[in-house]
Amino acid sequence: MIEYILGHINYWFIIAVMMVGLYTLISRANLIKKLAGLAIFQTAVILFYVSLGKVTGGTVPIVDEAYTLYSNPLPQVLMLTAIVVGVATTALGFALVIRIKEAYNTIEEDAIFTLDQKDHE
Amino acid sequence: MIPLTYWLMAAMLTPLLGALVISRLDKLPDYREAVTLVTASILFSINVYLFNHLDAASSAQFTIAEPIEGLAISFVLNQFGLMFALIASGLWIATSIYAIGYMRAHHEKNQTRFFTLFAVAIAGVMAVAFSENLFTLFIFYEFLTVSTYPLVTHAGTREAKRGGRKYILILMGTSILFFLPAMIWVYYLADTLTFTSGGILAGHADPKWVLPLLLMFILGISKAGVMPFHKWLPAAMVAPTPVSALLHAVAVVKAGVFSLVKVVVFIFGTDFITESGANKILLWFPIITIVLASLIALSKDNLKERLAYSTISQLSYIVLGALLATQQAVIGAGMHIAMHAFGKIALFFAAGAILVTMHKKLVSDLNGMGRAMPLTFTVFTIGTLSIIGIPLFGGMWSKWYLLSGALGFEQNAVLYWTVLGALTLSTLLNVYYLLSIPVRAFFFTNPSYTVIKEAPKACLIGMAIPTFVTLYLFFDPSIFYGLSLSLTGS
Amino acid sequence: MNEQLTILLVVVPLMIAPITALFKSHTISWILTAIVSFTSLILSFIILFDVIDGSHVIYELGGWRPPWGIEYKIDSLNAFIALIVSAIACLSTIFAWQSVPKEINENNYGLFYAALQLCLLGLLGIALTGDIFNLFVFLEISSLSSYALISMGRSRKALTAAFSYLILGTIGATFFLIGVGFLYAASGSLNIADIATRFSTFADMQLVMTGFIFILLGLGLKAAIFPMHSWLPNAYGHAPSVVSIFLSATATKVSIYVLIRVLFDLYPVAYWQALLLPQILLVLGCVGVIYGSFRAWQQVELKRLLAFSSVAQIGYIIIGISLLNNDGITASVMHLFNHALIKATLFMGAGIILYRTNTTKLSELRGFGGSMPWTFAAIVLAGLSLIGVPGTVGFVTKWYLLSGAIAQGKWIVVVAILAGSVLAIAYVWKIVEAMYFNSKRKMVIQNVKSGDINLAKAPISLSLALWIGAAGCLYFGLYTELPYQSAQSIATALLSSEVAQ
Repeated sequence: MIEYILGHINYWFIIAVMMVGLYTLISRANLIKKLAGLAIFQTAVILFYVSLGKVTGGTVPIVDEAYTLYSNPLPQVLMLTAIVVGVATTALGFALVIRIKEAYNTIEEDAIFTLDQKDHE
Repeated sequence: MIPLTYWLMAAMLTPLLGALVISRLDKLPDYREAVTLVTASILFSINVYLFNHLDAASSAQFTIAEPIEGLAISFVLNQFGLMFALIASGLWIATSIYAIGYMRAHHEKNQTRFFTLFAVAIAGVMAVAFSENLFTLFIFYEFLTVSTYPLVTHAGTREAKRGGRKYILILMGTSILFFLPAMIWVYYLADTLTFTSGGILAGHADPKWVLPLLLMFILGISKAGVMPFHKWLPAAMVAPTPVSALLHAVAVVKAGVFSLVKVVVFIFGTDFITESGANKILLWFPIITIVLASLIALSKDNLKERLAYSTISQLSYIVLGALLATQQAVIGAGMHIAMHAFGKIALFFAAGAILVTMHKKLVSDLNGMGRAMPLTFTVFTIGTLSIIGIPLFGGMWSKWYLLSGALGFEQNAVLYWTVLGALTLSTLLNVYYLLSIPVRAFFFTNPSYTVIKEAPKACLIGMAIPTFVTLYLFFDPSIFYGLSLSLTGS
Repeated sequence: MNEQLTILLVVVPLMIAPITALFKSHTISWILTAIVSFTSLILSFIILFDVIDGSHVIYELGGWRPPWGIEYKIDSLNAFIALIVSAIACLSTIFAWQSVPKEINENNYGLFYAALQLCLLGLLGIALTGDIFNLFVFLEISSLSSYALISMGRSRKALTAAFSYLILGTIGATFFLIGVGFLYAASGSLNIADIATRFSTFADMQLVMTGFIFILLGLGLKAAIFPMHSWLPNAYGHAPSVVSIFLSATATKVSIYVLIRVLFDLYPVAYWQALLLPQILLVLGCVGVIYGSFRAWQQVELKRLLAFSSVAQIGYIIIGISLLNNDGITASVMHLFNHALIKATLFMGAGIILYRTNTTKLSELRGFGGSMPWTFAAIVLAGLSLIGVPGTVGFVTKWYLLSGAIAQGKWIVVVAILAGSVLAIAYVWKIVEAMYFNSKRKMVIQNVKSGDINLAKAPISLSLALWIGAAGCLYFGLYTELPYQSAQSIATALLSSEVAQ
């Protein structure tokens, strides 16, 4: 049991990070904090992929006659793309928050909700 | 010599073309109404031509499209359909003449829209009549619902809106809820939906399925007004009188019973129904409707509503005839489509004439009015007598065949006597709630009605046509008898 | 030679979008967008006719052999989805000509059209690619551009709608990514076909199932499958007209396409049948139909009403998939097409109403039917298609869906479908009543600045696009060869791929 937990220690950490991200995302009413939570959540996934690629005892994947065991480079390459996507999402999110601030003069979700209700009436 | 197929196409395209022209003549009301009349006359002539060439009927067939593999939208010239087409197009002429007088005297708004959509609805009726299969019939059944909606809500008042909502929800709702799945089920069993003499289900379906399937059709074809889905018809009475007259005494409701008779005869086949015994249970629907609707009619003081409930009751005669599934009864059902149409439209015309001239809607206001409007009430009396089924009027024949059909139905003593009892009771109630109206008008005195003040001339001419036809049909019902005979397969 | 065409579908918008972003002029950016969307339409047509007989077109990106390189493997399903997307893009482009200048800030024309092209690119990419990570990238391209597009709506609610869509959409995409990661960990491959062929070798690993669930959740969010639909009504309700038209007809459809791919070509059917997934989906579909229709009926604002009806229509598609027979899948695939057409037409109608009256509140639309009878007629026609009145596209789908359900003896499903249709009558008629009555009164135009010259102009491009859509609803309801044959060929392929495994 202990071995199972220790053997997957990286995954447990990743799950912890992911939960922190999701929790922030759900529990905070401040839109900036929400975006921060989203970014943490995405980072956890990136960590997950990177640790997938690690092969025990493997080295950096550079072709050299002295080594035969490499870590898998593909997940890291994939994550380059995912990071780009993540950055774009966060940037777009911030842009939206700025516009929301201009339009509503607040970035608290509850306040926005109340304002929308007022509009509706 | 133009092939018969083109004549058949023309029967559907003429009213559509007419509608197109009428819709462009908003500024020229005289021409607009002339076009309506001309279109109606051409359509009637086309149907008469088709009638004269019935011997080559099966060659007149064409398909528009095939949306679902094996199911085409196609039309064929057939006797029973032609009967319906003849009635509808013939009465369209009468209604058009009548409508000209009515709509002008009543200062209705949006008359162009009225005449346009009327023609469109008639095109729908022609398509229903000449459907080659159940699928096509279903399409134009729905088409008819949608195209008559603006006519029902013509007044645009809150009441019209409410009536229209009920109209569309009940008619379209039941057809999707019951008619559509029943149709798919039939297709699933028989792999075809073509109307075939003797039915298509025999040999493909277990007789025990007849009961639920036929029940779904009876509930789904709510245009036939079988209870409990009859409420749309009284709701539709907010429409102008010509609409109530042609559409809700003839075209739409008859499209309902027409579809039901088609389903019973050409989808199930009368033999198959008799074999399954399902009609023993299902007969209760029309029986209850006949009696209940007559009783409700009795309680209605609004003239058009009373006529509407009388229509519901009469429609169930036809359903009853179809479900009895004996030769005589089915012929009776077919003939009653015709006979009731002429009688009832005369009644509606008279009711409209009263509304236009005297602005009265309630039966209790009619006392003594016969002095002022003798012609109108004569028409009303003749229509009433025909519907009751008294000799000298066409309505007698269909009742005759319905009754003799019931006499041949001796499987079940209880049911047999119930059917006879219901027919007798409803005839008595007919006498009471319909005949009482002209009696009040003629034999009561009312000082305010002394001078003769009849409806506009156009209305009177329109009313005269169905009245004379009713009289004529007593002496010579052979046309409709001959056309109904096709229902028995001979 | 046609292999090269497939990549062009993605490359053309990719090249032109940045150029479009440089321009401020509406005319130039519109022309560029028109070039992109019509080119895509022609290309998708050519490809579809190549593969409709069941063959494949294969293109290897950069010449790398799969499973190492990214591969585009086009069968009829890919091509069909690409056709839907690009056809709707064309309609939206026509509509945009007069609608965008009115609804979008004049400094943003170039950016708006660039985002629209990027969104098109993303959706086409999803439809074409055979590599699951590449699919994720395209999913994010289309999503990111659609967040931006939605936020350009006129009211400030568009901003919050876009923001919550961004949050939920990103969660969905990230879930999908996690699922792909698990699958990669188990299989060592990202090529859909490659994973599918070797599936049995790693089917027992716990990872596979975890990955599967993550992928499903992610796609469910993106496709707005009940109960994960909460972002949809706000997003489509507040977006600019062109965006509502384009996204409502394509975005969720493409996500459903991915779902179909995952269920039939990535995971073997037997695998997820054992997880009781068909039953779960069936229940979700039925509840979605009833719930969506009911909520639509409650709405008082036209675009939100249409958006909730989309939730219901997605339910029909899910039902068809989970029936797992030929008729059901045919119905689902056809409904992808049919619903795209119907919803695009209805949103175009809403767009015209917005253009003329500056409002889409049902209570403020009185007299519209009388003042604009042709537009009103087109809306009614599309509304009837939504109900499923025979002779229209909606009916054809419903027919196959009901046949599929009856063949399986699933009576509750039949009842749910029919009940949904009856509710559809109620909500469509709510629209009709709102516009039809009081036609004596001229329609009321709301919130107009004085001297606004747009009011006097007849919106030709809007009416043209609307009537193309409405005519399509009727035409494809009567002459169903194109969608039917495609759907048939797709259903056969999907079901046979299951037998092969």
